[in-house]
Amino acid sequence: MNATRLGGVDTAAVVRSTLRGRSHDVGGRAFEGLLLLALLVAMAVLVVLLVDITRQGAPLLLERGTDFLTSKTSSLPQRAGIAQGIRGSVTIVAFVILIAFPIGIGAAIYLEEYARDTWFTRVINANIRNLAGIPSIVYGLLGIALFVKFAPVAGFTGGRSVVTAGLTISLLVLPIVVITSAEALRAVPSSIREAGFGVGATRWEVIRSHVFPYAAPGILTGTVLTVARAFGEAAPLVMIGAATGFLSTGSAGFVEQLRGPYTALPVQVFDFSTANLRAFGQHSAAASLVLLAILLLVNGAAIFLRNRYERKW
Amino acid sequence: MSDATLADSRLSLRDLRGSPGRRRRETAIRRTFLAAAALSIVINLLIVLSLLDGTVEFLRNVDPSALWSRGWFPRRGLYDIKTILAGTLLVSVIAMAVATPLGLGAAMYLSEYASRRTRRRLKPILEILAGIPSVVMGFFALTWISPEIMQRFFSAGSFNLGAAGIGVGILVTPLVASVAEDAMHAVPHSLREASYGLGSRKRTTTLRIVFPAAVSGIVAALLLGFSRAVGETLVVSIAGGGSGGSLFTLDPTGPGQTMTAAMTALATGSDQVKGASDAFSSLFFVGALLFLMTLALNVVSERFVRRVRRRY
Repeated sequence: MNATRLGGVDTAAVVRSTLRGRSHDVGGRAFEGLLLLALLVAMAVLVVLLVDITRQGAPLLLERGTDFLTSKTSSLPQRAGIAQGIRGSVTIVAFVILIAFPIGIGAAIYLEEYARDTWFTRVINANIRNLAGIPSIVYGLLGIALFVKFAPVAGFTGGRSVVTAGLTISLLVLPIVVITSAEALRAVPSSIREAGFGVGATRWEVIRSHVFPYAAPGILTGTVLTVARAFGEAAPLVMIGAATGFLSTGSAGFVEQLRGPYTALPVQVFDFSTANLRAFGQHSAAASLVLLAILLLVNGAAIFLRNRYERKW
Repeated sequence: MSDATLADSRLSLRDLRGSPGRRRRETAIRRTFLAAAALSIVINLLIVLSLLDGTVEFLRNVDPSALWSRGWFPRRGLYDIKTILAGTLLVSVIAMAVATPLGLGAAMYLSEYASRRTRRRLKPILEILAGIPSVVMGFFALTWISPEIMQRFFSAGSFNLGAAGIGVGILVTPLVASVAEDAMHAVPHSLREASYGLGSRKRTTTLRIVFPAAVSGIVAALLLGFSRAVGETLVVSIAGGGSGGSLFTLDPTGPGQTMTAAMTALATGSDQVKGASDAFSSLFFVGALLFLMTLALNVVSERFVRRVRRRY
């Protein structure tokens, strides 16, 4: 075979190796490695964080077992537990489910299904985006001003109570519920709606029987993730006076307890690690572990729901 | 007989309007949803009002010279703004120094290099990281980042703004990565193909074509990240060591006070806010500053995001 030779060089070979040989692009490979490194560093941080917190918290959990989960707050390290924190957090999440979800989903339905592109709609949209960007601690101030200090409302919430906490966190997650639900509604193709209108259904009937069932998995996933957010949020609760240190609810009735002092699981993590790290550092790590386990469960549920019911159009 | 039935069976406009009950229900439902959506305006107004109310009260009662003094010590009546602004900026800049390379690197890899399968495997790392509550990150910043990084390499004290900044940076990374990735993902394939057609390599295409085309979205990602870092609270409260106040400082190896940490310190522990004191209303003053800063950052980044959307 007669290879083309130019100045003693096999051109075909050079062209072939240049076209095929990825290995020549050392700089490109290095660049790709550098980019991958960013992700690997993120993963390493995650692993170190989990290992570190497990290392610090697991001994206490193993030693005390369920006692740590069922004990109340105490100034004695060997007796302090997180029962009241778990209870407070669950109550707050219940408020979020009862208040933020219906209002948020309703607002999303209005924006996606009813609203035309008017200045009013644009104002509402701008407001929701703005609310989503406000730091959570500012919601704590809103909570103080509205639910603790404003007398007509404070009479109902009982001031620095779990009711106040639940309402404040509900306001905090409301824009997230609206945005995720609106996204889920937008993903439903308009042909589904047109089919409903075609057989004479009204707008609400179309939403209820056609749009909502198809958007439900997406909305559900979004709301479950919101629950995780509500569970881990502590800054506004610290502002509106979740009890730090000792907390006694005594034998108060259910309603009294709702309007009385309270604490929440992430607030207890904060409290343990700021009060006296030497005595309560282990407690902070153990409470963090419990918190992470709960969040993992909730997020896992969201991913499961998404994979099980997600629909591609 | 036949006349009457014919008249009855004729279709009129009334029949097309549907039953009145059904229409009334329709209107009621529409109004309910509208009220839910309009609530966002009410909440926004309430936030602005409550911040304004406390701020006015604070500025009326506090001597202006206390706002520009030696440090932030609410119990002694010293409310130096530059101390907490400097703390906030220092922590946010450190956070972005961590989040920018990590977030943009991850975004570029996921958008340009990763196959669909690796993407699906690696993306959850960022999602899990985004789900870490900030209290837990604060504890980690204090008990690991501070001793293993700040104290070991920078001979810092056990409470320091550097550890807090790194912790905040890790928390902000997933946000930066996801917004930047969306922006690069939105760059049309034809641009990449044109670049390959001219014989450029993948790296050249990524850096010289995709990156400039997505630059508005990337700027938006960084601004959003910065805004989140400015508002991040508990990491700094736990690891920054600012309880009880702080002198003006720009030293990342020592303790200091940020706006958010000053607020939690006022609400708990050492500076426990009592009743209607000046310290209590200073909460709203700092909150109003924080609100304005994050609002400005968010509005600007929104502009950049919209520019990306308009172009492609």
